[in-house]
Amino acid sequence: MAFKLDAKIPAGALADKWSNHKAAIKVVSPANKRKLDIIIVGTGLGGASAAASLGELGYNVKVFCIQDSPRRAHSIAAQGGINAAKNYQNDNDSVYRLFYDTIKGGDYRAREANVYRLAEVSNLIIDQCVAQGVPFAREYGGLLANRSFGGAQVSRTFYARGQTGQQLLLGAYAALNKEIAAGSVKSYPRHEMLDIVIEDGEAKGIIARNLVTGEIERHGAHAVVIATGGYGNVFFLSTNAMASNGSAAFQCYRKGAGFANPCFTQIHPTCIPVHGDQQSKLTLMSESLRNDGRIWVPKKIEDVKAIRSGAKKPSDIAEEDRDYYLERRYPAFGNLVPRDVASRAAKERCDAGFGVNETGLAVFLDFKTAIERLGKEIIKQRYGNLFDMYEEITDVSPYEQPMQIFPAVHYTMGGIWVDYNLMTTIPGLYAIGEANFSDHGANRLGASALMQGLADGYFVLPYTIGDYLSKKIQAPKVKTDTKAFDEAEKSVKERIAKLLSINGKQSVDDIHKKLGHIMWENVGMARTKESLERAITEIQALRKEFWKDVKVVGKADDFNVELEKALRLADFLELGELMARDALNREESCGGHFRSEHQTEEGEALRHDDKFAYAAVWEYKGMDQAPEMTQEALDYEFTHRAQRNYKD
Amino acid sequence: MSCFLTNSSLGKKLVMSLTGCFLVLFILFHMSMNLAALVSADAYNMICAFLGANWYALVGTLVLAGGVLLHFAYALWLTYNNYQARGKQRYAVTVQEKGVDWASKNMLVLGWIIIAGIALHLCNFWAKMQLVELMGEHTNSLGLSPADGASLIAYTFSKWYYVVLYLLWLVALWFHLTHGVWSMFQTVGWANDTWYPRLKCLANIVATLLFLGFAAVVVVFFIKSACPCCCGAC
Amino acid sequence: MNFTLKIWRQKDAKSQGAFETYKVENISADTSFLEMLDILNNDLVHQGKEPVAFDHDCREGICGMCSLHIDGRAHGPGDGATTCQIYMRKFKDGATITIEPWRSAAFPVIKDLVVNRGAYDQILQAGGFVSVRTNSVPDGNAIPIAKADADESMDAAACVGCGACAATCKNGSAMLFVAARVSSLAKLPQGRVEGARRAKAMVAKMDELGFGNCTNTGACQAECPKQISIAHIARLNREFLSAKLDD
Repeated sequence: MAFKLDAKIPAGALADKWSNHKAAIKVVSPANKRKLDIIIVGTGLGGASAAASLGELGYNVKVFCIQDSPRRAHSIAAQGGINAAKNYQNDNDSVYRLFYDTIKGGDYRAREANVYRLAEVSNLIIDQCVAQGVPFAREYGGLLANRSFGGAQVSRTFYARGQTGQQLLLGAYAALNKEIAAGSVKSYPRHEMLDIVIEDGEAKGIIARNLVTGEIERHGAHAVVIATGGYGNVFFLSTNAMASNGSAAFQCYRKGAGFANPCFTQIHPTCIPVHGDQQSKLTLMSESLRNDGRIWVPKKIEDVKAIRSGAKKPSDIAEEDRDYYLERRYPAFGNLVPRDVASRAAKERCDAGFGVNETGLAVFLDFKTAIERLGKEIIKQRYGNLFDMYEEITDVSPYEQPMQIFPAVHYTMGGIWVDYNLMTTIPGLYAIGEANFSDHGANRLGASALMQGLADGYFVLPYTIGDYLSKKIQAPKVKTDTKAFDEAEKSVKERIAKLLSINGKQSVDDIHKKLGHIMWENVGMARTKESLERAITEIQALRKEFWKDVKVVGKADDFNVELEKALRLADFLELGELMARDALNREESCGGHFRSEHQTEEGEALRHDDKFAYAAVWEYKGMDQAPEMTQEALDYEFTHRAQRNYKD
Repeated sequence: MSCFLTNSSLGKKLVMSLTGCFLVLFILFHMSMNLAALVSADAYNMICAFLGANWYALVGTLVLAGGVLLHFAYALWLTYNNYQARGKQRYAVTVQEKGVDWASKNMLVLGWIIIAGIALHLCNFWAKMQLVELMGEHTNSLGLSPADGASLIAYTFSKWYYVVLYLLWLVALWFHLTHGVWSMFQTVGWANDTWYPRLKCLANIVATLLFLGFAAVVVVFFIKSACPCCCGAC
Repeated sequence: MNFTLKIWRQKDAKSQGAFETYKVENISADTSFLEMLDILNNDLVHQGKEPVAFDHDCREGICGMCSLHIDGRAHGPGDGATTCQIYMRKFKDGATITIEPWRSAAFPVIKDLVVNRGAYDQILQAGGFVSVRTNSVPDGNAIPIAKADADESMDAAACVGCGACAATCKNGSAMLFVAARVSSLAKLPQGRVEGARRAKAMVAKMDELGFGNCTNTGACQAECPKQISIAHIARLNREFLSAKLDD
């Protein structure tokens, strides 16, 4: 049965939609809010800000995270900044321009109404964070400073050194702490959601595992919010935190929530290249480096060879022998093209044999010109901590020699399908932040993830969830001794018992590395019909291997990291296939999704708006069954869809 | 307001800081007084007579004793808290962190040495001076007048073992003050990154000044006793 | 490179722990310390043994999850770095490395090298926030803030809450952690409003949870992965005492 998708986009002019919608939706009275329970899974920017805001409103909130404290969610690692259409720089920025840049950056695969709302509330986020005591960078006059970021021609990015995500999360976490102290929010750290409980077609709670004791717990609520981030770790090596996973989202999908555009993966252009097969994690170097850094490879292949062999240092290559390929190909945006464009351009040069390290998978990010222009001191002020971090990892000082960078998996634009209210196809189940699919289309612009997480949590969900909960004011407390909870708990316990009983030969990481390899080679930066079909077959085989041959040591009722990883990998093994299927279905190139068969003569992504101007929403049909796809048409009423152009 | 001095960690430390400050001021005064003995025995004895069993000197003595007791009792109390906070299981391997002074981690040990020194000092001097007067006696166990501090100094520091013990005591005091003096500013919050080098410099100056001032009396009187002809006496 | 590892193993909070010795071989100098432990754990799993439990997550030095005491130093050799930012080139080939969990009464061991740092959350819940509601705020540029103040606030706000300060302190004191939050907010007009209340509440909670007293050794700032200065402790002292004197 295919989904009947209703995105509930309000009518009216673009700029009026959100106001009209807010006026039209129902609210819950304070007395009734006290009777309603909400579960929030995840405490990143989305989860923490939503929990704090809903707690403030008077709902009873339970908030879960897998880390030992809500403050450690992976939003904390975002470095560069957060966008807002404040126009403080007087460079003719506006809500419309931010909306347009985001829609265009997403290669016209996002909903206009959602993106416009995001741009609209972006300004409120900055005000909110300043009031919370977030120490944003300031100018000497005492006012907020901005920097520029990829995909934009205005300076609209607010930042707190290279730790913007950390500071914003600490702001949201502080707001959350305020509510925990007030008693309206209860926090469950070191807890992992393992299943969503659906009763009468509505979300009624979750099954969670206490990661310290291994105990399986039942938690009921009138609504459940998934804020568990993205699934980039399906690639094993990514910039995501080690424990970041797609499992909570995947449980929702398994229980009937639509999963939209799973193939839209962002490959970030400025990561430290892989150094060997023992690596567990890739490190991101902030996109802000592209403000002053210039990306290049040598023009001559003999220089490439000399650098690889160590006969020449990068600084020995004369200016005229350097190919600043982004400036060459995209004169208008230069080094500040969107991430997908920069990543593909790096891949193109490396595929042509110009990669500058032993593996041939690296390009230079050079600060020589910037140091000459601004002086070492200014560069140190701007990027000192990033330069130090790079030197710690690689033993090379970016002040002396250019950095080596290469693209790596960073963010997933796809996610659980939600309507304009951020509700999934299951009533009472919401998804916010990176966990949903809504706002970034096929590619996310830098400094927009923080914006979306906080927009959803502070300014959208607290209103829209009231519309659903207003129908629940007569509903009693959710009982957790029902058949639905029994069954969900039973299936979780069986799954755990099964994993512990296999006792095969391969560790969880062994198999995860294999999955990562299949994904990177076949569902990575460039995809073809053949590679995707190969990926599907190989993942299916690997999944069988996993369920026969994985070795999970330890016990169920204990602190057991291997078991946690095995449960997450089991879901990645299905999610990987779903991503490949979605990529196979989408016979066009758009944003982060590049099908080699579909490119312009200049090698740019070639969209087919006539056939694929839709969000592909997938419905689970069983582990070894092909899922069913429903289309949500993306109507562009207010913007003209054009070939993205960053050249002039 | 009274309770935070006993039930809050920062309140307890404030007591440490204030009593410490008081004691530093006292020993600065004591040292200046001692220096008089180097110049003239009569001058020194005049000060001793002034600080005999008078009501103000007695009050001063009691306040001083109170300061020492409070400083020491709070030190023991805080250390006990700290010991408990550290937990039962200790690190198998530890190193001295960069930029951390040895004295700062051994203030209590240094404190014990200083207390022992004070006990010795009280036996050597206070028990033979103010206490004798209080008891209404006119000569002490050495047969000297309780107001004749100068002779008592000369007697005490003619013994080599007292000289060694007093110097050890002063070394401990030096270490204690190099940390203690700047630390008391930190505890009341009068410090920042600009002022740390200045405060630490001040602490070193105060500690060294006190050490030199006290040690000078000890050493000079020892040399005088060992070699009466030195210092131009003959 | 080859290493001998002496690692603290402890079944759970109630059990008695002990050191166990392991060998790891053929480790590249570019391997991070935690990747070296990943390699050890993968070997242990293959041998059917329980891997070493240790906390870690972002591996970029920002989440504050990693928490190892390596060869006597919180976060191991290297200044201004978390454990995940330590690379094996910092060690001598063939070295014996001792790895212990944070040791502090307020951070009980959960398993092996994993400790419970919930006390830090509780301290922040006592007052480490500005009491503003969502959406009830003025424009971001309504109150100018001197750049120097914003910068100093940011210096303190860099705290990742890893616990190295209390773990390193011979007194088990959490003062640097508490001071970082109090000081960061005290430097901003938005935080000043309830500064007195915050300082008192957070210090009271810190005391209640059994953290020790600061004796100004400065060991915390030496081992802090974000190199937060004890000048913030001085500011906390100032905030607290002036609040108390007004009571």
